Amino acid sequence: MANDANFRTCPDTGFKIHLPADRLIKWNAVTGVVFLLIGGIFGIAVALTRWPTVHLLPADMFYLVLTAHGFNALLVWIIFFEMAILYFASSVLLGCRLATPKWAWAAYALMLIGAVVTNIAVLRGDSSVMFTSYVPMKAAPDFYLGIIVFAVGALIGCFVFFGTLVIAKREKTYEGSLPLVTFGAVTAAIIAVFTIGSGAVILIPTLLWSVDLVAHIDTLMYKIVWWALGHGSQQINVAAQIALWYALAAILFGAKPLSEKVSRTAFLLYILFLQLASAHHLLVDPGLSSEYKIFNTSYALYLAVLASMIHGLTVPGAVEAAQRKKGYNNGLFEWLRRAPWGNPSFSGFALSLVLFGFLGGISGVMMGTEQLNIITHNTMYVPGHFHGTVVVGTTLTFMAFAYWVVPVLWQRELVFPGLAKWQPYLFGIGMGLASVFMMGAGTLGIPRRHWDINFADAVMSYDFPGAAYLMMGLNGLAALIGGVGGAIFILNMVGTILWGKKKVKAAAAEEKAPEQPAAVSSYGNAGTLAVPGTFTLAMVFLVAFVLYYFVNWKYLAGVWPLS
Amino acid sequence: MGDTETGVPAPGTTPGSSGDEEPIPFMQQVLDNPFLLLFLGVAIPTVFYIIWGVMEVIAIPMTN
Repeated sequence: MANDANFRTCPDTGFKIHLPADRLIKWNAVTGVVFLLIGGIFGIAVALTRWPTVHLLPADMFYLVLTAHGFNALLVWIIFFEMAILYFASSVLLGCRLATPKWAWAAYALMLIGAVVTNIAVLRGDSSVMFTSYVPMKAAPDFYLGIIVFAVGALIGCFVFFGTLVIAKREKTYEGSLPLVTFGAVTAAIIAVFTIGSGAVILIPTLLWSVDLVAHIDTLMYKIVWWALGHGSQQINVAAQIALWYALAAILFGAKPLSEKVSRTAFLLYILFLQLASAHHLLVDPGLSSEYKIFNTSYALYLAVLASMIHGLTVPGAVEAAQRKKGYNNGLFEWLRRAPWGNPSFSGFALSLVLFGFLGGISGVMMGTEQLNIITHNTMYVPGHFHGTVVVGTTLTFMAFAYWVVPVLWQRELVFPGLAKWQPYLFGIGMGLASVFMMGAGTLGIPRRHWDINFADAVMSYDFPGAAYLMMGLNGLAALIGGVGGAIFILNMVGTILWGKKKVKAAAAEEKAPEQPAAVSSYGNAGTLAVPGTFTLAMVFLVAFVLYYFVNWKYLAGVWPLS
Repeated sequence: MGDTETGVPAPGTTPGSSGDEEPIPFMQQVLDNPFLLLFLGVAIPTVFYIIWGVMEVIAIPMTN
């Protein structure tokens, strides 16, 4: 049993926090935010270059910046923050010591060193191979080495998480089943192990190929295994963000899931099938059978999609049930109107849930259909889709959680609470619109990886419709709005940690009333399925889903006009 | 009191320890074993996504 001197009790939440875990959560979260800043700045430069009127960067710089944006924003920021979530969901929520803090620090150091090494390789200008780094494009050896070192660090972090679960069980700091939020973190960690392992399997030979120790890497083989890392890493995000949705619902409303059993089963479906979706990226590649493509891109016949729809129903349903229990029973939506829309933790959580479902979710299922994929494959639609998942889904959720967890862990008040109220709207709506405009441009055929959509130096030119240029311009504007939102978040987080006013005990006690953090680490169902508002919203979503899906079949039919 | 719908015992109770000899449902045993889940979560995509995909690539005939 750990020495009690190594623990502190959080005055806001009552959580017993292991001090080494406390430090590791803070360092991983802060480092993640620093890389979000770096990735965000590169992202703005990408958007301004893709804005035809501005066309900010020359071609070589564009590909360099695009590579840096993808690596930092898609991988480094997210995985660092996910390490913080894993340590929080295990050590803090289970009230136990963190397993092997020294290994956790080694993991942190390896991730940091790996991220810096790859960034240096990219910024040097000889590794502008984009995030996907498809062979036979060859980057400098340290580009691959940095990613491998980063991946090894993240893998160690995952095993520290699993070790912490073992300690909690052995020391009986919880009884029965794991809390649902921790179970969601288990799901994320399992997906991470597969994802990171796959990355190592393909990037180690690629590293050897870059130093001429291996003669040849098959391009299709590379794509298959690399996408287990590339897409799988985004599935870690999905599991982690949904775990945080349940956490935020419990923290802000004391909400319990409509059914523990159903929510856990949905996470199980993620564990079994979510990672198969990597095959989306291979749908137009020759040599792979339709059976392989359809089985995998259907998330094993849509069972993981079913899981997402279950979470999409039960998370708002849990909030509605909790609000109705408090007496907000008028009409279908009083529970929603009376929600704390000025609290950035809630507004970020609510926006991420809606935007992730409508933008990222629906477009992902559409693109994952083998026949439909051909109309958007490798177009700007693809970044539109993943900005609908990773940015307005995962990143916005992490921001919402940070608004709660940073003041709690550091015991400081937010430095700019007024700006924080607006930040999720600026970021969510700005990046949500960027996602929509990119998908619109992609539907009109704009390619995703090309510096110049005019194809000015091409032998055969192609004129896109004027609407496509308009979409790319609007995308630039929307990205600027989102960028302002992102900057406000970083300013608030860094400012709070460095200069935030120390919380006094009385203020901490006052704040405890609206928050019910104990619900995060407890069991139980809401005890009701009377959530008519949520069911109404779910029907709106389903109608939108079905309409959009079939509209795309209509688009597909238009590709081969029959007269 | 245990949670009758989920089969999840409430805090303070351990399955089978409070005179309640009801066996733990199979699915709950699966869900309560993170290492079994880890095995499944790595094995299934390895078989269906990576190995199946790599086998199809290997089966593509080579040109002379």
